[in-house]
Amino acid sequence: MNDVAHFAVCREPFYQPQGKEIELYEAAYAARLPVMLKGPTGCGKSRFVEYMAWKLGRPLISVACNEDMTAADLVGRYLLDANGTRWQDGPLTVAARLGAICYLDEIVEARQDTLVVIHPLTDHRRMLPLDKKGEQVAAHPDFQLVISYNPGYQSLVKDLKQSTKQRFAAFQFDYPAPALESGIVCAETGIARELADQLVDFAQAGRRLKGHGLDEGISTRLVVYAASLIVRGVSPADACRMAMIRPITDDIDVIDSLDHAIAAIFG
Amino acid sequence: MAVPGLRNIADARQRLMASPESQAAWAALDCGFAVVADVFDECLSAAGQVLTAAEMPEYLAAARTIGKLGRGPEPLLAFLEHWPDVARQVPQALALPALMAAIRSLQKSPNAPAVTPLLQTLAAVIGQLRSADGLADYLRIALELADRTSGSIHGHQITEPSPALPEFFRSAPQLLAIVPLAGVRQWMLQGIRLTAQHPAQQRDYFALRTPESRRLLERERSGTLFADVERRLSLGLHALWADDSLLVPYSTAFAGHRQQPYLAADGLRLPDVLTDRPGSSGLARYRLMLAHMAGHRRWSQPLIADNWSPMQRLAVEALEDARIDCLLLRLYPGLTASLLAAHPQPLPGSCDAACENTLRHRLTRLSRACIDPAGTDPDPLIDEFAGRFRHCLADGAASTRAVAEIALAYAARSRLPSDQYARVHFADTEIDYRDDNRHLWIHLEAGDEEESFEPPPSAAASEPDGLPPRHYPEWDEAAQTWRPDWVAVYEALHPPANAADIDALLARHAPLARRLKRLLDLLKPQERVRIRHQENGSELDLDVAVRAWTDWRSGHLPDPRIQVSHRTAGRDISVLLLIDLSQSLNATLPGGQQSILDTAREAVALLAWAIDELGDACAIAGFHSNTRHEVRYHHIKGFSEAWGDPVKARLAGVSAGWSTRMGAALRHAGRMLSVRRSEKRILLVLTDGEPADIDVSDPDYLLADARKAVGELAGSGIDSFCLSLDPGADAYVGRIFGRQWRILDRIERLPEQLPMVYLNLTR
Ligand SMILES: Nc1ncnc2c1ncn2[C@@H]1O[C@H](COP(=O)(O)OP(=O)(O)O)[C@@H](O)[C@H]1O
Ligand SMILES: [Mg+2]
Repeated sequence: MNDVAHFAVCREPFYQPQGKEIELYEAAYAARLPVMLKGPTGCGKSRFVEYMAWKLGRPLISVACNEDMTAADLVGRYLLDANGTRWQDGPLTVAARLGAICYLDEIVEARQDTLVVIHPLTDHRRMLPLDKKGEQVAAHPDFQLVISYNPGYQSLVKDLKQSTKQRFAAFQFDYPAPALESGIVCAETGIARELADQLVDFAQAGRRLKGHGLDEGISTRLVVYAASLIVRGVSPADACRMAMIRPITDDIDVIDSLDHAIAAIFG
Repeated sequence: MAVPGLRNIADARQRLMASPESQAAWAALDCGFAVVADVFDECLSAAGQVLTAAEMPEYLAAARTIGKLGRGPEPLLAFLEHWPDVARQVPQALALPALMAAIRSLQKSPNAPAVTPLLQTLAAVIGQLRSADGLADYLRIALELADRTSGSIHGHQITEPSPALPEFFRSAPQLLAIVPLAGVRQWMLQGIRLTAQHPAQQRDYFALRTPESRRLLERERSGTLFADVERRLSLGLHALWADDSLLVPYSTAFAGHRQQPYLAADGLRLPDVLTDRPGSSGLARYRLMLAHMAGHRRWSQPLIADNWSPMQRLAVEALEDARIDCLLLRLYPGLTASLLAAHPQPLPGSCDAACENTLRHRLTRLSRACIDPAGTDPDPLIDEFAGRFRHCLADGAASTRAVAEIALAYAARSRLPSDQYARVHFADTEIDYRDDNRHLWIHLEAGDEEESFEPPPSAAASEPDGLPPRHYPEWDEAAQTWRPDWVAVYEALHPPANAADIDALLARHAPLARRLKRLLDLLKPQERVRIRHQENGSELDLDVAVRAWTDWRSGHLPDPRIQVSHRTAGRDISVLLLIDLSQSLNATLPGGQQSILDTAREAVALLAWAIDELGDACAIAGFHSNTRHEVRYHHIKGFSEAWGDPVKARLAGVSAGWSTRMGAALRHAGRMLSVRRSEKRILLVLTDGEPADIDVSDPDYLLADARKAVGELAGSGIDSFCLSLDPGADAYVGRIFGRQWRILDRIERLPEQLPMVYLNLTR
């Protein structure tokens, strides 16, 4: 079960580069540096990692972090079976043994005390101690740790410790420039270019309200959602409301202003 | 009136009139005032143009009654002068009986002198009232005012005239120009409530001399109020134009002339209210105003004004505005319908170029033809220039200069001799979503500047510490309305005294502190809490696992929940302690020399220390008030400040005085708390009595307002809790705080109780 093929990225994912990130990532991987992808949610970070794993020919193991996650969820734990207890590796351990890229998505969601387990893997030691099992796993030479981190996250308490941050090379992501974003939306959904442009115009309008009633801007992911609704026959205005406004706000003034923006843009 | 050469006629009844009919009418009037005799012929002939012969007797009978009210010649003069204007708009048969009934009713009361201003402004208000029904309502409102503001003793005998009524009649034309009758009545009722028992204030209110009066009137206006849509407008400006300019309203209620929006250095200026029109709501026009001004900001370049005549500038502005509109529609085509609905469409042939200046009319038509995608104009010249304009914008944004040239050419080609006339044809030429274009012109010569519309900076209100106050509304329970911006709250750091005094107080309570400390340690967030019996925990729970193992081995079904996980149990609390610092705290405790304030200070010191030990975020503030114009809010400790010497020094310096206007203080404290991100946000109020202030006589008023404030706080997720030092507080405190209160009536034990109460509340 825990073999490389199981985690391989077989088909080339569509990824639209925004800048030099592909070459820079290749260099970071060559040096086996742990990588941090910063940027708002839904701007293409996960897609980028998938693409890089495919390009580098490495298996990819992704973990969506959450508050209830414990160190054992990453590292592994004993399970009970017919012959007593049995150790089962967690995803981080599997990746370290196989030489996969391990992607910890939205890492701030995890509690700080959980995260210290990644420290020994991210410095020169490149090892993972399994305390409960009394084993030291030396990371496979191809193993790499990648985390994604959204610094704009609303909470003051949810931030990475300096001691964690200082272990990564970082990439700053943001929503793609309008022309690129529109191209992405077309490629993902097959929507007409002109409509994609209007959707992106609307997303831009919404993003300007960040900090003025919106905690987060409208993500590329949501633009893609809206486009895929339109492709299925939903009207642009309804699609924008359903995929790009309702999910992000309940503030009636904001909703009203964005409704006005829809009317202004789509007529 | 002595006429040389004639015998002075003592009684004007003997005066000779111009015709036999007017002589007969004069006789019927039976009036002895010479000033009336002087104008009678003239008035009668004016009346004759409006009234039928059959209506004349009724008119004269009314005049006769008015002449005999015993109030001198003024009422009759006013009636004779204005009645024709009234009767022109409302049939006399409907209007006059209503008027005379009102006059008779006033005449029977001490308010008889108000008949004069009633008649003097009647013609001015009838234009707004428009119908006999309107007039009847107007008079009913006036009589209601008279009734409710005339002094009476023991409720039966009206003896004092209403101070309000004459002022009301004088203000009426202005009132009705601004708000509909229903609004006038609301405004009147509020005025009665606010100024009851204060004749001077009442006079000022009804004469529109006080800011409250104006503000309340403005609130009664129909249409879209800027205040109601401000946030949406500024969000829209952000979203569509990436423009974060401040939006500032200007008052249209009391401005003499119609004013357009404008771009000012400190923000975009918009009218405070826009009436909804068919096909063009106020909100839609507000949005067009913003779009148009944002468009100017994006695409206009200023021009030098000096070399062009006002006429030429008018033309340039019209086309530049049209360019901006075209560009903004290009960017946001969805605005087309609302923009075309707001742009007037002057009809060809609606004016006469032979006798009036039609330049504005022509330019408006040209502008319309330029922006309307389907627009053509019967005038070939307008059509030609609209074509040139479109061509100019065909590939790109063009420029202010480029369209200015087209505008100048049009002004020259379409020039008429009447363009010099002062009489301008204005109808359908006001494009109210467009700004006044002051940003478009640079004036090289000093003194050529157009008059600035900027209102003079309002004389800064007296500000005790030079800090601007923050205004809060107050809830008027009896009227079920808000009094807007009613209370001024001044905030400041409390001046410090000696921090060592607080340390000394704490030292005195050392034994108590030790007892508290033990409790606190129990309450302190535990670093890690074990959660047992988890199927997916972080590690094996050996005890449970062994038990499961044995079960399994002995053929029983084991419990799979054999793991344990850990959780950090945290307290995430922000608390603001708000202390009533009113005069009553200076009272000393019975049987001691210590004042309530000193005891409270000790208790607060202990509480602050305890909260600090617990690690909760805590702020402390005090408040008191000296009328609604001066509520003081003293910061003693900020959330981010440590419990250290600067804070202790402020607490040591706290003194008491004045009254307890609680609602405003609660609202202000709520504002401080609302920015905290804690899971629990608590406002603890320490007070020794019920809300009161010297400018409020109704004891329920401030109480109801405080309850309202508590409700608002609850709405924004803030829990309020009252700790009252008043043993009799049961009678009222629940009406403010619901079930969230406790009475600490053994004040001498406060230092012990206060921290305990807090601990219990937050356990
Ligand atoms: N550069 C990009 N190339 C291709 N697709 C993209 C790109 N950026 C965003 N997307 C689209 O946006 C969606 C969300 O991106 P994702 O990588 O999941 O966001 P993140 O990980 O930053 O939250 C993707 O599923 C994809 O459709
Ligand atoms: Mg303009």
